[in-house]
Amino acid sequence: MPGYIIKRILAVIPVMVIVALIVFLILRLTPGDPAAIIAGDTATPDQIAQLRRAMGLDEPIYIQFVQWVGQLLRGDLGTSLLSGTSVNALIADRIWPTLNIALLTIVMSVLIAVPLGTLAAWRHGRLSDHIVMAISVAGFSVPAFVVGYVLIKIFAADLRWLPVQGYKAPTQDFLGFLRHAILPALTLTAAYVALTARMTRASLLNVLGEDYIRTAHAKGVGETKVLLRHGLRNAAVPILTVVGTGFAMLLSGVVVVESVFNIPGIGRLTIDAVMARDYPVIQGMILLTSGIYVFVNLIIDLSYSLFDPRIRY
Amino acid sequence: MSIRFKTASFEQAQDVLCIDKLSIELSTTEGARNVLDEVSLQIRRGETACLVGESGSGKSLTSLAVMGLLPAGVLKVTSGSIRLGDTDLLTRSKRELQAMRGSRMSMIFQEPMTALNPVMRVGDQILEVLKSHGGLSRGDMRRRVFAIMEQVHLPDVERVYRAFPHQLSGGQRQRIMIAMALILEPALLIADEPTTALDVTTQKQILSLISELQRQHGTAVLFITHDMGVVSEIADTVHVMRQGRIVETAPAAQLFESPRHDYTQALLRAVPSLQPRAPRPAEPRAPVLDVASLGKTYSSGGFLRKQSEKRAADAVTFQLRPGRTLGIVGESGSGKSTVARCVMRLIDPSDGSIRLGDTDITHLPPRQLRARREKIQIVFQDPYRSLNPRRKISSSLIEGPMNFGMSKDQALANATRLLEIVGLSADALDCYPHQFSGGQRQRIAIARAVAMEPDVIVADEAVSALDVSVQDQVLKLLETLQRDLGIAILFITHDLRVAAQICDDVIVMQHGRVVEHGTAQDVLVAPSHAYTRALIEAAPGRGWDFAACREISLTGAHA
Amino acid sequence: MTQTSGSTAPSPGIARFLGLPAGARLGIVPVLAAILLAVIVLATIFASLLAPHDPLALSPLNRLKPPSAAFPLGTDAFGRDLLSRVLYGGQISLMIGLGAAAISVSIGLAIGLVAGFFRFADMVIMRVMDAFMAIPAVLLAVALVAIHGASVFSVIVAITFSEIPRVVRLVRSIVLSAREEPYVEAAIALGTRMPVILWRHLMPNTLAPLIVQATYICASAILIEAILSFLGLGIGTETPSWGNIMAEGRTYFLLKPSLIFWPGLLLSLCVLSINILGDTARDLLDPRMRKREV
Repeated sequence: MPGYIIKRILAVIPVMVIVALIVFLILRLTPGDPAAIIAGDTATPDQIAQLRRAMGLDEPIYIQFVQWVGQLLRGDLGTSLLSGTSVNALIADRIWPTLNIALLTIVMSVLIAVPLGTLAAWRHGRLSDHIVMAISVAGFSVPAFVVGYVLIKIFAADLRWLPVQGYKAPTQDFLGFLRHAILPALTLTAAYVALTARMTRASLLNVLGEDYIRTAHAKGVGETKVLLRHGLRNAAVPILTVVGTGFAMLLSGVVVVESVFNIPGIGRLTIDAVMARDYPVIQGMILLTSGIYVFVNLIIDLSYSLFDPRIRY
Repeated sequence: MSIRFKTASFEQAQDVLCIDKLSIELSTTEGARNVLDEVSLQIRRGETACLVGESGSGKSLTSLAVMGLLPAGVLKVTSGSIRLGDTDLLTRSKRELQAMRGSRMSMIFQEPMTALNPVMRVGDQILEVLKSHGGLSRGDMRRRVFAIMEQVHLPDVERVYRAFPHQLSGGQRQRIMIAMALILEPALLIADEPTTALDVTTQKQILSLISELQRQHGTAVLFITHDMGVVSEIADTVHVMRQGRIVETAPAAQLFESPRHDYTQALLRAVPSLQPRAPRPAEPRAPVLDVASLGKTYSSGGFLRKQSEKRAADAVTFQLRPGRTLGIVGESGSGKSTVARCVMRLIDPSDGSIRLGDTDITHLPPRQLRARREKIQIVFQDPYRSLNPRRKISSSLIEGPMNFGMSKDQALANATRLLEIVGLSADALDCYPHQFSGGQRQRIAIARAVAMEPDVIVADEAVSALDVSVQDQVLKLLETLQRDLGIAILFITHDLRVAAQICDDVIVMQHGRVVEHGTAQDVLVAPSHAYTRALIEAAPGRGWDFAACREISLTGAHA
Repeated sequence: MTQTSGSTAPSPGIARFLGLPAGARLGIVPVLAAILLAVIVLATIFASLLAPHDPLALSPLNRLKPPSAAFPLGTDAFGRDLLSRVLYGGQISLMIGLGAAAISVSIGLAIGLVAGFFRFADMVIMRVMDAFMAIPAVLLAVALVAIHGASVFSVIVAITFSEIPRVVRLVRSIVLSAREEPYVEAAIALGTRMPVILWRHLMPNTLAPLIVQATYICASAILIEAILSFLGLGIGTETPSWGNIMAEGRTYFLLKPSLIFWPGLLLSLCVLSINILGDTARDLLDPRMRKREV
């Protein structure tokens, strides 16, 4: 078992190296001089040359990559061109709102999606199945910001139950956090619930066709128990997997939602960086989110064995 | 030797299950049709009734109807009644049926691996039967589970209780299923092909376990099988089913000695005899296939993990001469298919050598190997997967010859002729595989192999997925082709009866090694190795020549 | 979805090639989705004929007007006709959806076939694909567009990069399971060359799932384009797209929600009908459907 865990953790390394390479190349394979692009239209040739030296662009490209990776390995994501502060500090300052909302979203999504998907699989082909499927296909089809604005219009502008925009830290004012975070989280939930409910239904339907379900019926086990004890537990691994891969979608959604709800998280940081062409921050953000994604999926992979004893490490 | 059949009388015993004129309808988009037509049968206390028939005869449907487990919507009982003791099952509510399942009637299934929940400890799965039917304290329940696990002769019950299904062997899993089915001492046990997925030696143990428990508890058993050998081992009464009807019902001995219905007679005639075929004169020509010290090692693991190696085949040596058939016999995991795949070079052997004609093909690089491929062809087990479902029969048949430079017209003409040889009409060329039955598809697969005019055909369990009557026809086809074309056949099978029918020589494999090698006569009649003897003794119905409707004297050297 | 009497069956030849069960029938919902999609696509293509106004014509006197006979959906902050802009706006969205789907599927198919069939390439390809999967689609798109500037092409490229790994994984898994099929081994035994086996026996297995996947990519590309435009990183506002109409409407949202509502509705309906068609195709192609034919 420890052998597998180590192996699985080590497998993360090549993936992250390739992510780093991709991030590096996105900037370097740009036609033209990266320094000129970064310095912007108003820069003088002197400034560009200075920047080129500062960025190490005079070195061969593989040396640049190795140097950059070395810097990353020391935990240094670089320095913002815009503010001159370190990217690490910028991110540390902005990451908590994002993580809190992401966590709230996942908890809400799983709590909504798994029962919905289970209901749909149980009532396969009946009205409740069609309704769940209709909700989930719709959840996929409406852009997150449209969902966000509709929610703002209804709950904040018309009903005035919740604030329109803004954020409060849960450590200072938990109720305030919930009041501010519930609409952004609901917005993100739409697509996540759609994804998870569909997978729950599909996976459970698969399981319900298995022989051991027939065995459970043959030994006189009640319908609900068959569904939950024999069905859902066996359906768990694909559901977990989709919760993990859906995390990338969630991180994308965060960028949008923070913009709609004016939340000072890393999504807003990214957009501001893009607008200002602050490349070190963009690079840092992509590396960070990819790292989070890889980490979440690593944890999920390692937890499979809790649900399926056949998966042995 | 009249211990062959059970002779118990059930005149006095009370009826446990009474099915009366049961009809079931299948509704499809094209309309409804009867899949079960006025089926009637009775089983009395302590009796074993075998329901025999080929695939699609409706035997499993009958059992699911009894259990109240018919898939909702598609299948509907249209008339008749099913009585368990005094209870009319068809008028009971879902909840009442659920309460009866596991307590008054229970069922075991064909595939014990998939029939057990893979993520639940097997002990808990047995315990669940008690929990579902209530009435016992936790401690009592555990004691009952351990008691029944002892009764089905599971070793080390404390440990097995905590095991998951994948940690047990096939036989142990089926014992768990039986324990689950019998823990509440139901009046009726339905066993749906419970030994079909098991090796013969395990099958023998499971059959005797079922008989033993039946005697202890007086259970009525409805035993569903397609295997006449199994029937002869276990049945008191036999019901022969065909296309949703019961065509003949008789006590076992009577049925085997004087079958009345044509279909029963045909079914019995098709069962291959365990008596080996008459020996053919020795073949003087040089071997077409010469395998020496063949070995194959699978290794798993690797990076940072203990390398685990599995020796799937070890020091396998044999020769196959033109026009002769060599059988490789063994149970699952014996390495017989590994040998077949190595010989075909579908996988690369780890050591040893394979000579095809005068060429050593053991390490031939792809390009040269391709040039030799027309000399050796393969027929697979599963007729539903061995033809590309998206391509017409014609393109499957001409693919090989065209690879070797034949013109399309000539290949098509050739294919037409071959279809006739394998007993299909030329119209088949324009059809897709799904338009044919399993037996027909297997004929097409054989035609595809023969189209290459090979020296050797490897038949990897080529008749194992077929019903006996179809199996018989396909074996005869192979026989004819061999006689007319002089093809040598390497015949891989787990079935001693099939091997006896077609093979000149037989190799017996166990755990990747050859334990016995000789003429069919020597190996099957006077086996020298203990394992071969065990295999033969486990072969169900070996004391009976079904085709001839007579007993066989078992006073051979080993009996 | 709902089965009704007014259902239609796909043509038998195509059905067989895609591995569809014989006699599979469509319900009413996918038919409605197909009609809706056709209407949206046609309205977009013929926007120049249908639009009452020039989508770019500024009219300072008519800023933020409510719906009227002259402006059926009202006007935006620059007095431009919302209906005309929404009709034209679909062109960009659909182009990006189709372009991203076609490119991702073709490149993904090629890479997936190679990964599935050649062991040595598989390891490297799959690690690269894992890496691309790890980068959230919108962030990758944001970065590419930020550097290369917003154009239909760079938006398509950005979306394609995110979608290719999914296609590759799908194709690879199909090839890996199909190459174990006895009919593939039989073809090897018949002396058929590997590239021919790949093309003749393995590739057709991937077509049906790829058609399904293409519909999902198309839908998701339309959504991502809208998000990019909404974040101010899409195609410039001189070319209306559903995304940038909504982006411009943000400021006036509480004042005039229809600026987001109408393009949002049309985009959602379009994506919804594509998704429904994709689901229908998937249900038809599900092997479990065939098993049910007892």
